[in-house]
Amino acid sequence: MSSAAPAEVAAAAEDTSLAGILRSRWEALRAGDVGSLPVIFGLIAITIFFTSKVGIFFSAVNFSNLIQQMAGTTVIAIGVVFVLLIGEIDLSIGFVSGFAGVVVAELQIPGSSHDYPGLVAIFAALAVGAAIGAFQGSFIAFLGVPSFVVTLAGLLIWQGAILKALGTQGVIGIQDHQINDIANYVLTKNWGWAVAIVFTVGYAAAVFGTIFSRRRAGLPSGNIILSTARVGFYGALAFAAVAVCNHSRGVPLVGLIVLFLVVLGGYVAGRTTFGRHVYAVGGNAEAARRAGINVKLIKILVFSISGAMAAMGGIIFASRLNSVDLTAGGSTILLDAISAAVIGGVSLFGGRGRVSGALFGGLIIGMIANGIDLVGYTDAVKFITTGVILLAAVTLDTVARRRQAASGR
Amino acid sequence: MNSPPTPTLELRGVSKNFGSVQALQEVDLEVRDGEVMALVGDNGAGKSTLIKCVAGIYSIDGGEILFEGRQVTIHGPKDAARLGIEVVYQDLALCDNLDVVQNMYLGREEHDALFRLKESPMEQKTAETLASLAVTTISSVRQPVATLSGGQRQSVAVARAVMWNNRVVFLDEPTAALGVAQTRQVLALVKRLAEQGLAVVYVSHNLVDIFEVANRITVLRLGRNVGVFEKDKTTQQEIVQTIIAGAPAPEELEIVT
Repeated sequence: MSSAAPAEVAAAAEDTSLAGILRSRWEALRAGDVGSLPVIFGLIAITIFFTSKVGIFFSAVNFSNLIQQMAGTTVIAIGVVFVLLIGEIDLSIGFVSGFAGVVVAELQIPGSSHDYPGLVAIFAALAVGAAIGAFQGSFIAFLGVPSFVVTLAGLLIWQGAILKALGTQGVIGIQDHQINDIANYVLTKNWGWAVAIVFTVGYAAAVFGTIFSRRRAGLPSGNIILSTARVGFYGALAFAAVAVCNHSRGVPLVGLIVLFLVVLGGYVAGRTTFGRHVYAVGGNAEAARRAGINVKLIKILVFSISGAMAAMGGIIFASRLNSVDLTAGGSTILLDAISAAVIGGVSLFGGRGRVSGALFGGLIIGMIANGIDLVGYTDAVKFITTGVILLAAVTLDTVARRRQAASGR
Repeated sequence: MNSPPTPTLELRGVSKNFGSVQALQEVDLEVRDGEVMALVGDNGAGKSTLIKCVAGIYSIDGGEILFEGRQVTIHGPKDAARLGIEVVYQDLALCDNLDVVQNMYLGREEHDALFRLKESPMEQKTAETLASLAVTTISSVRQPVATLSGGQRQSVAVARAVMWNNRVVFLDEPTAALGVAQTRQVLALVKRLAEQGLAVVYVSHNLVDIFEVANRITVLRLGRNVGVFEKDKTTQQEIVQTIIAGAPAPEELEIVT
C-alpha cells in the first residue's frame, strides 16, 4: 500500500533488476521476514474452503455483505496498529466503541433536549473516543502505569458507563439518516466506478510521484516495471471489487470509509514525522527520548488515535443495527480487532508492521465469521477457529522475530 | 601542538553529589577543536557522571562549564544539542527497526509545513555524510540498522553526531563491544572527526586504543582529577599507575620498593 515499510525500501535500494529483487525477497524470507505471504495464502485457503461448503460464499451479494460486516472491526484495528507499533496494548477499545455508539445514539434522540444533526453527533462521539484514549494514555505516559492495566480498568469502566447510560430501557433506537447511512448506504453504480478511477489514479500518482522525485534527486528508485505492475494490480483489484459490488447492490459507503481511513492511517504512519516517531518509540523508546522526541506526547496521541478509531468502529456498529443496546462493544469486538492487527503482520513487540495490516487482518477475521455463519456452524466453532488463527499469527510473529535475531537482522 | 588559546569546551571545578555520595569533586576537563581528549579512569571514577552532566541529563552542583570561553548552563539534552555538544552513548541509542537514514535524522527529520517527511534530501545528506567519513561498508542507507554489524552501527551513531555541525563529540566506550577489524574502523573514524575540526572526548578503558587516537589524556580517580597528560610525553604504564593509585611518580616508587 502507500506506507513505506523500512525493510522493503532497503531491499529495493540495492539491486533493482527483477531477479535481484526476487533474490533479496527470498533471502529476507529465509531470514524470517515472511511479509504478507501468510495473509495471501490465508485468504485463498479460506475462500476455497468456504466456497466448497456453501457456494453463496463466493457471490457478489456476500462480498458486499462482507464489507459491511468487517468494517467496524477493521476500523478499530487501525487504532490497534498504532498502539501495537509503540509496543503497548489497548484492551478498552471494545467498550469505548460501545460507549461511542451510546453517545451517538443519545445525541440524536428526537424530541429530547439534545436532538442534534447526525454529523454533529458523529463528531461528538469521535471526540469523546479521542478524549477517553488521551485520558487513559496520560496514565501510561506520565505515571508509567502499564497500558495493560490502565486499559483493563478502562474496559470495566466503559462497560459500566454503557450499562448506566442505557439504564432500564436497555436500548436506544437511531432514526437519524446521516448516522444510519454510514453503514447502510450504497453508492450508485456510476459513483462506484468513479471511486475505482479516483483510487487507481491517486495510487498511480503516489507511486510514480515518489519514483520521479527520487530519480530527480539521483537516488535509487526501484524497479519501474515492478512498480507499474503493482499499480496495475491494485487498480485492477479496485475495478474488480467495484464490478462485483455493482453486480449486487452497489459499493457500500462504509467500504469507502474503511479504505479512506486505512490510506490515511498508512500515510500518517509512513510519511509523516509523527509516524516516524511512533516507529522510533516502538523500536527503542530510550533512543527516541535521547533524540529529543517527546515520547510521552507520542504515547498520548497514539492512545487518542486508538480511542477515536474505536469510536468510529462503534458508530459503524450502531449505524448497522440502527440502535445501541446493552451488548454494545461486548462480544468478540476487542479480540477480533487485536487479532486483525496481529494477523495483518503487526508485531506485538512494537515497531514493526503497517496500517494496511488492519485491512488484511480484518478481511481474514471477517471472512471466517461470515463463512461460519453461512455454513451454519455455531459460535463455538467461530471462537475456536479465530483463537487458533490468532495463536498461529502470534507464534509466527515470535518465531520470525527469533529467526531475524539469529540471522543478524 | 599549536592548539588555539581558548578550549572549545571547558569544565572548571565541576562537582556532582548524589545524596552523600560525591560522584565528582571539582573536576576540570578541556578539549579543543581538532583534538582528541581521552578521558580514562577505573569503574566508579565518575566518567559516566561527567558525560551525563555535559549532556544535560544531570545538572551540576558546583563549578562552571565554559563553551568557547563563555560560561553556559546546561539544563537538559536540548541545551547541550543547541551548543553543539553530542554524546554517542555506549548503547548507541539506535532504533533497530528503522533504517540508517531514519536513525541519522531521528528526532530532527526534515519535513514540510504539513509534517510530510522529505525523504530524498535526507537520504542524500546521509549518503554524503557517510562518504565524507569514509564509511564505505554500509551498502545501502535504506538498510534497517538491525542488519548492520557492530562496527557499522557504531559508525552510524558517530556519523549522526557529526552530521549536525556539532562542535564537541563525546564517545563513550565506542570500541568496547567490537572485534579487532571493527575497532580499527572506528578508531580511524575518530581520527577523521578530529581532522574535520571537531573537539572529541574519547572515553575508554582501553589504553592501546587511547594511545592510538588521543592527543591528550585526562585521568579521573574516585571523582577527582589526578592528571592531564600529553600522549607523546607519557607511557601506558604511567597512565595505569595514575588510574589505579592517583598521582604517578611517588606511588610508582612505593610500588617498586
